[in-house]
Amino acid sequence: MDKNNGIRKYKTFINSEDYKNHPRKLIDKKNKADNTIWLKSLEDVFDFLNITDGMCLSFHHHLRNGDYVLNDVCKVIKKRNIKNLSIAASSIFPNNKPLVELIENGNVTNIYTNYLNGPVSDAIVSGKLKGELIMNTHGGRARSIESGEIKIDVAFLATPTVDKCANGTGAMGPVACGSLGYAIPDSLYANKVVLVTDNVIEKLDQYDIDGKYVDIVCQVQAIGDAKGIVSGTTKITKDPTGLKIARDTVKLLDEIGLIKDGFSMQTGAGGTSLAVAYYVRKLMEEKNIKGSFATGGITSYFVKMLEDGLLKDIYDVQCFDLDAVRSYKENRNHHGMSASMYANPYDENVIVNKLDFVILGATEIDLDFNVNVTTDSHGNVIGGSGGHSDTANGANVTVIVTNLVKSRMPIIKEHVTTITTPGSDIDVLVCERGIAINPRRKDLLEKVKGSKLNICTISELLEIAHHYTGKPKPSHHTDQIVGEVMYRDGTIIDHIYKK
Amino acid sequence: MRRSLLFIPGNNPGMLQSSDVFEADAVIFDLEDAVSGTEKDSARFLVTSYLKNYSPSLEVIVRINGFDTPFCAEDLKALFMLDNLNTIMLPKARVEDLLQLSEMIKNNKKDIKIIPIIEQAISLIEVDQIAKLELVDGILLGAEDFTKDLEVTRTKEGVEIFYARNRIVTACKAYKIDAIDTPFTDTTDNEGLTKDTKFAKSIGMNAKSAIHPNQIETINQIFTPTTKEVDYAKRVLMARDEAFAKGLGVFSLDGKMVDKPVIERAEKVLEKAKKFGVL
Repeated sequence: MDKNNGIRKYKTFINSEDYKNHPRKLIDKKNKADNTIWLKSLEDVFDFLNITDGMCLSFHHHLRNGDYVLNDVCKVIKKRNIKNLSIAASSIFPNNKPLVELIENGNVTNIYTNYLNGPVSDAIVSGKLKGELIMNTHGGRARSIESGEIKIDVAFLATPTVDKCANGTGAMGPVACGSLGYAIPDSLYANKVVLVTDNVIEKLDQYDIDGKYVDIVCQVQAIGDAKGIVSGTTKITKDPTGLKIARDTVKLLDEIGLIKDGFSMQTGAGGTSLAVAYYVRKLMEEKNIKGSFATGGITSYFVKMLEDGLLKDIYDVQCFDLDAVRSYKENRNHHGMSASMYANPYDENVIVNKLDFVILGATEIDLDFNVNVTTDSHGNVIGGSGGHSDTANGANVTVIVTNLVKSRMPIIKEHVTTITTPGSDIDVLVCERGIAINPRRKDLLEKVKGSKLNICTISELLEIAHHYTGKPKPSHHTDQIVGEVMYRDGTIIDHIYKK
Repeated sequence: MRRSLLFIPGNNPGMLQSSDVFEADAVIFDLEDAVSGTEKDSARFLVTSYLKNYSPSLEVIVRINGFDTPFCAEDLKALFMLDNLNTIMLPKARVEDLLQLSEMIKNNKKDIKIIPIIEQAISLIEVDQIAKLELVDGILLGAEDFTKDLEVTRTKEGVEIFYARNRIVTACKAYKIDAIDTPFTDTTDNEGLTKDTKFAKSIGMNAKSAIHPNQIETINQIFTPTTKEVDYAKRVLMARDEAFAKGLGVFSLDGKMVDKPVIERAEKVLEKAKKFGVL
């Protein structure tokens, strides 16, 4: 795709394996010239680094809705009326509302993020962002940073605890959040790295961020509100339909032989995904099966499985609840990892490629199994890939779990509103009225032959959905592109349009 | 032959729409206790509209309001307009009411069965006569109202309904219809549900009603023959065939005598296993 404003050129998505035809691009890791500087305010940081118009500032989202750092930086930008900034934040949540005013005033003109919802997304979809919105994947963001595609001038990294050598960890501190996996690429490749912390101690034995890359430690009153850290969806669903979907998913996984000694998995943090983890555990106990590892965003369910000896290891890129934070600090088999090791297609140890299966959600899925988790059916940005496309590509079997109908709308469409993850990487859809296997996976179709599972085609499920809801009228959008969905390899897989 | 019957409030469109996905053997659309007096018309309209447009792929039962209420006649009038209703569930059932209902069904030329609910002491006294009525193919114990009538406290242990359960089981078995146990009302206590259902099975109940979809899996599991039971039943019938070929009427398996009741029990197990998809 060519952006008309000439800022940058992107190629169009070809297929999810095309990255293998291109070599990894790496810029040099940053070189810290001097000793770490210790400052007392973000204003001092802006002065010291001479943050000016046109720079790119990066942030991570490990404090989620409890994060203060991005908003506090916004206050300084507003006060100084700095213009044309790019914000590379791994996610943007509803609490980041102060960005809206900066977008409207032209202080912030470009946004690179992996997940976006709330007022900032509303502002962008209504056409207020003057530059570009790029929606990355978690692995794609790491790739973009290491390749220099996103050139970060200053990384402001909220860090729950920093030691006197400027090493940083999320494992402890007043707003401990666990792994700082998404911040690690920023710390390695940003031109200047600022750890923003509210807790300094003498020495850390283990840390996520190596002090040798840190230019400035900024000690502030508070970097966040611990209450906002826990992800909104960390409990298994009580909804009987969600539970039925989860039970059927585990029956399928068992039928195709994936629940066996040494298996590895990722389930998202949604209620139904977590219910899958619950039923997987039940089956493991019944059959005395021990898994190898779980990964992704970590919740107490995986922690308990690790502590009970059902899993050997956890590879953690972000903690979704406080049990996970505790385990990250205490359990030597609960390993932190960078976003690159988690999901960068070019990372030699990438964990997603070692997954036997991943359980993911969908806002929409179409007859070609393309999945949308970026926009709703009206084109509003309500999320983004996060690790969706990365894990879907890496895992041996990718299962989408969703209700067939939500809020009177069928989840299956003839064509999704926005493609986040290509259908070639989606293997199975499980909903309450049946299981559809992507015809590309002939091996899986063979394995379920003769089983009692309710296997149907995705078209049959669409017909059932339409039988209940009627065929919804398509929602129309303007032709004006306000954002791009970037696949993990840096190509553009779809556009986001102005409402 | 049922295992699980799921109550769905008749005034909840979302629950009606997904009522057939939880693997219950039957769904009971409730126009009675789950629906307040001011909602009776809308629930009746919703349930009948739903059934005019959709035919769920399982037994459809509607619990109507009792003969002692002003809503019963309207309920029946609406239900007799339908073609896909399998069963009417009658609360506070008495013989006299059931006879009247049977006649109305016949007069409307409908192929509809009846499940009476025993929830008064007087109904329990009449249960033998109820069980033998032509259109009655199962009886449900309604323990909440029944214990109210007995003026006793309803407990999880269920000592107060022990006699009623046994009485109903005996009547149902005598006339070869389903003995359906009262629902377990704590929807968050799966351990309690398991214990209660196993007990009901142990005294002869062959099905249980549920007030939450999350109860269905447990109920179905308990009332479905286990792999061990199925395997043994198969071996009994194989041994029978071999013995009959040799002209033997009685034979032994694993050192135990096998006679007619054991064979019939094995046949029943396999019949259930086939029906419930484990054979």
